Amino acid sequence: MKAWKMKLVAFLKLTLRPLLVSSIGAFIGVLALSFSLSANAGDEAPDEFIKRLSTELQELVKNDPSLKAGDLQRTSAVVDARIMPHLNFQRMTASAVGPAWRSATPEQQTKLSTEFKTLLIRTYAGALSQVTDLTINVKPLRGSPDDKEVLVRSEIKGKGEPIELDYRLEKTPGNGSGWKIYNLNVLGVWLVETYRSQFSQEINAKGIDGLIATLVERNKTNAKK
Amino acid sequence: MAKKHDLTRLGLLLGALLFSGCATSIDANPKDPWEPMNRQVFKINDSVDKAVVKPVAVAYKDYTPDLAQKGINNFFGNLRDVWSTVNSALQLKPTQTVEMTGRVIVNTTVGVLGFIDVATPLKLEKHKEDFGKTLGYWGMPSGPYLVLPFFGPSTLRDASGFVVDAKLNPTYHDITNVPLRNTLYVINAIDIRKGLLSVEDSLNAIAFDNYSFIRDAYLQRRLYEIYDGNPPDTEDSE
Repeated sequence: MKAWKMKLVAFLKLTLRPLLVSSIGAFIGVLALSFSLSANAGDEAPDEFIKRLSTELQELVKNDPSLKAGDLQRTSAVVDARIMPHLNFQRMTASAVGPAWRSATPEQQTKLSTEFKTLLIRTYAGALSQVTDLTINVKPLRGSPDDKEVLVRSEIKGKGEPIELDYRLEKTPGNGSGWKIYNLNVLGVWLVETYRSQFSQEINAKGIDGLIATLVERNKTNAKK
Repeated sequence: MAKKHDLTRLGLLLGALLFSGCATSIDANPKDPWEPMNRQVFKINDSVDKAVVKPVAVAYKDYTPDLAQKGINNFFGNLRDVWSTVNSALQLKPTQTVEMTGRVIVNTTVGVLGFIDVATPLKLEKHKEDFGKTLGYWGMPSGPYLVLPFFGPSTLRDASGFVVDAKLNPTYHDITNVPLRNTLYVINAIDIRKGLLSVEDSLNAIAFDNYSFIRDAYLQRRLYEIYDGNPPDTEDSE
């Protein structure tokens, strides 16, 4: 390809991307509106929700070179805007910290939550950059549609063997407001439980502030890589 | 002769385990009563890995043509598939057994002794099974967590399964040429270690204590596999 052509393509990508992102935003806005309007009748099923969220993310990464390259700042921004609203992150952190959560001060809780989020983003930023080449297959839901908490199972197929990825979701209170993820299972290993046992070792040895210090330290080391 | 020797070694290993069972620490994980010994073995494995196994795997990954690596991975994968097929049958999974048999036949013939994986694009999916899982399927509890010298995370049940895997896997058993068989063992090990290189980086980013992290992940993963993705619900939320 000639140099001017490459420049043109780069220019188009640069100008079209914000357009695309905003149009996706508008689309989701409309979607959200239609859900809130349809209220009771049109509640989205949890497996449908996971399917939609996965596809949206895949599209997003596909059209964003800096996400594809695993750029941390951009990834953090996307996680904040697109994933965090769908998580009950407070519940995840509380559960990962365990019984000590209740005795933690509000400041400690905020600190734990922020650092835990950073830890997760750094861990999974690499994974997010690879989602475009994968096929996500959400399995049909089992259990009753009235359940307040459900398990959605999915399988991700790439080049190698399929990866099992399961989600635990809770119904958010109110009509038509949907679902929030509160735990994640990769290849049979629950995320929250795994962190809980790691965290409890720290808490037993050095208390809540010790855990916070270790998290801060770990995030700093990970940032250097 | 060789078998007798192996049995003696196994006996010694089990003896050592039972003995060290007396020395448990106070805040032990109930699934890991042999933690002090396990941590020792873990440490030794780790240094052996750092000194020898990992450098070899990295060199293999960096200096072998990708196509060759892929072929070798497929070749050993096909050998593992044979044993997985036997175990699928032992776990009374008819569809999976048929699928896996088809896989092995297609890959061994059309795929030239397994070097090319033609079965996966044909939707004949790979299902990994081993004798430890078969024992679990038939209701044998996992027993205490156990770190094996060199081979790493296991449980008492999975370790006994592992002995059966090694002894009865027809593919290795039939090779009477010892140097060839040993070479196959070594390449197999390097191939497996290479596959773990990428996991290792994220492990170091996540875990505070690699030992307990690997232990918890291993135990959860095995339970999940044995129940084919539907383990009994043990999650105690909050």
